[in-house]
Amino acid sequence: MNDFALIGPILAAMFAAATPLLFAALGELVVEKSGVLNLGVEGMMLVGAVCGFAVTIQTGSAVTGFLVAALAGAATASLFAVLTLFLLANQVATGLALTLFGVGLSALIGQGFVGIPLEGLPKLYIPGLTDLPVVGQALFGQDIMVYLAVAAVPLVHLFLYRTRAGLVLRAVGENHTAAHALGYKVLRIRFLAVLFGGAMAGLGGAFLSMDYTPMWAENMTSGRGWIALALVVFATWKPVRAMLGAWLFGGVTILQLHVQGLGIDVPSQLLSMLPYLATVLVLVLISRDVARIRLNAPACLGKLFHPDA
Amino acid sequence: MPSHAETFPPDAPPPRLELRGITKRFPGCLANDHVDLVLQPGEIHALLGENGAGKSTLVKMIYGVLHPDSGTMLWQGVETIVPDPAGARRLGIGMVFQHFSLFDTLTVTENIALGLDDAGRMDELADRIRSVSERYGLALDPERHVFHLSVGERQRVEIVRCLLQDPKLLIMDEPTSVLTPQEAAKLFETLRVLAAEGCTILYISHKLEEIRALCSRATVLRAGKVVGATDPRQETARSLAEMMMGAELSTPERPPQGAAGAARLSVRHLSTTSDNPFATNLKDVSFEVRAGEILGIAGVAGNGQAELMAALSGEMLVADADSVVIEGASAGHLGPRARRSLGLAFVPEERLGRGAVPELSLSENALLSGYAREPLVRGGMVHFGRARAYAETIIRGFNVVAHGHRAEARSLSGGNLQKFIIGREILQKPKLLVVGQPTWGVDAGAAAAIHKALIGLARSGAAVLVISQDLDELFVLSDRISVLFHGRLSDSRPTHETTVERIGLLMGGLFGTPPDEDGEITRAV
Repeated sequence: MNDFALIGPILAAMFAAATPLLFAALGELVVEKSGVLNLGVEGMMLVGAVCGFAVTIQTGSAVTGFLVAALAGAATASLFAVLTLFLLANQVATGLALTLFGVGLSALIGQGFVGIPLEGLPKLYIPGLTDLPVVGQALFGQDIMVYLAVAAVPLVHLFLYRTRAGLVLRAVGENHTAAHALGYKVLRIRFLAVLFGGAMAGLGGAFLSMDYTPMWAENMTSGRGWIALALVVFATWKPVRAMLGAWLFGGVTILQLHVQGLGIDVPSQLLSMLPYLATVLVLVLISRDVARIRLNAPACLGKLFHPDA
Repeated sequence: MPSHAETFPPDAPPPRLELRGITKRFPGCLANDHVDLVLQPGEIHALLGENGAGKSTLVKMIYGVLHPDSGTMLWQGVETIVPDPAGARRLGIGMVFQHFSLFDTLTVTENIALGLDDAGRMDELADRIRSVSERYGLALDPERHVFHLSVGERQRVEIVRCLLQDPKLLIMDEPTSVLTPQEAAKLFETLRVLAAEGCTILYISHKLEEIRALCSRATVLRAGKVVGATDPRQETARSLAEMMMGAELSTPERPPQGAAGAARLSVRHLSTTSDNPFATNLKDVSFEVRAGEILGIAGVAGNGQAELMAALSGEMLVADADSVVIEGASAGHLGPRARRSLGLAFVPEERLGRGAVPELSLSENALLSGYAREPLVRGGMVHFGRARAYAETIIRGFNVVAHGHRAEARSLSGGNLQKFIIGREILQKPKLLVVGQPTWGVDAGAAAAIHKALIGLARSGAAVLVISQDLDELFVLSDRISVLFHGRLSDSRPTHETTVERIGLLMGGLFGTPPDEDGEITRAV
């Protein structure tokens, strides 16, 4: 009886836990589809998290906070873009450096904000619907950012597969030499994609610090940026699959918290590993189809491009 | 859209395109040196030259991919700078690239949309593609992904993409290298229709007979300079080749075949099944290649050549070990290395990526397949001195033009890299050599050298199997010819008993498919 009553809150918490991943993964998906591998997601999320938090504290406006978080993420990403796209730095090394940079920078900015509580975003309440048993809270009782993240999935999908701009972006990621020969501005398209990825990572980070656990702590993303990166690959660069992966991660995160709460005699460190393990395992299993990977993986991923070469 | 030419009096129409003193310099090489070229409306104009003569650079400047260092370009009498390919397309210039500018994971329709500035809705575009491809006999399924398509089908995508733009100037770089003679003839009809409609065609090809049949003017480039202009109909293929090379062409002699030796390769009832739904499965393919002979396998790309190459090289293992027998040993379950040690050498169709690693030096590439039969590795350690010496032997013996053994494979022109790869395999003294498309995109001089080397290898006692779409080449090389169509192989015929036309018909599928109609095949050949 007790267990049954738990399902509703667990479901609701699952969607919230999945939201930061979903933002970051969707952003990175677009970046990778354009042929750029930005491993700095974790760093961009942290910068977004601390900037969003700080601005919300100062101004009292969560909207401003999220806007600034997106801008801060994009600004961090632009550093990566200039280094890799225009100065031809290695993308893997630069991405790793960007993460380290983001960890340090966010800690510096956040020094004066540790331990200050913040009120999360208001939750939706629709009389009747939100009160529905089991699914009411999960479907009709979330805050605006959770819905925005889910809405971004079909939007990204439509952009990539139904618009000309999306087609050009995929073409650039597939064969930058041919795209250049046809007259497309490879570097400009990639630059914009990287900025979008940064903004989305910033939003994901800000959701953590302003809403999910409304406070700032150093390194509070605790590896979610890396999971977002893994999600993109295992989702074979498909937005809907990335969403399912994010939900899975969110679901296992919440479940293991409840299991820890029940006091079952398993080391908590093992349980904390579970969401990461389960997500990777399940995604590996469903992405074994070689043809699907071949069809969706951007062939120029991580390759440097120079227009005159 | 009315052409600008129509505003001029009909007795003095300006040329469609005129180039004056176009010069382009790359670090370390003068690619184009004061090139002049005049293209008239409605003419089919050939641009001739060996690999590296500067043809690609010149057409890239016309198409706006590159920009000249000096010189002027007049489009329909008006001085014009083509800023980029989109600008070229707005002027009415279309181009079919030699190295296809296609996107593997996108569909045919998406690929074509990327080359159009007003692609419109995807489903309408797909209909336009269907109607153009039907009108010009270039069969294409707009929904398919490009990576499933054969080389020949990919080229059709490029051509249809250009035709959809209603171009005033169409640049075609080696368009027929992957078509059957009948398909090429059909393409020529298309091109003649287009030319009659007023479209100018700038045609680059190594097939000199084709140029003689199709083109009314030819401009010859050598080392970046225009060295001559001529009416190719008044020339012979030989005289054209010599204009290009600036030297006499040596045609490979084919000494008569001695008595056929023992079977070096026996393929018996080879059938394959692939997980890839778009692969062509081989169906009951049987043939033998004997010591001292060259067997040619003709066929349009996508009829099972890739699968046959993979099954022979060991890249793909086959279900029945006895269906591929090399030197008497059942090899169907052996990988590429084990097959090499049985005496097989192998030259794949893709030079960069399969035949050679683009980023590695020539000596490292020599090592990659050479170590199996040459003493280049001892106790797991690479003997770099020997690998270097081996690479230099190849470079000297096969006249490979490269900056020494340290040159990266990708820095070589197609012809020179192919000479290097074939040299690497031949110097290992294989008992059996399997070659795919040996002279695809290779100029006449290098092609002659490659043909000579292959014939020499066979006459020295090795068995050689050549899988090619180029019938002229197969008729120069082969002692016997078979045709691969929809995964089935026709009976072989001695080359001197058949003709290009008959083989061309077989390539189009005019032979009975069920085994009990084998007699029919023989008669058809």
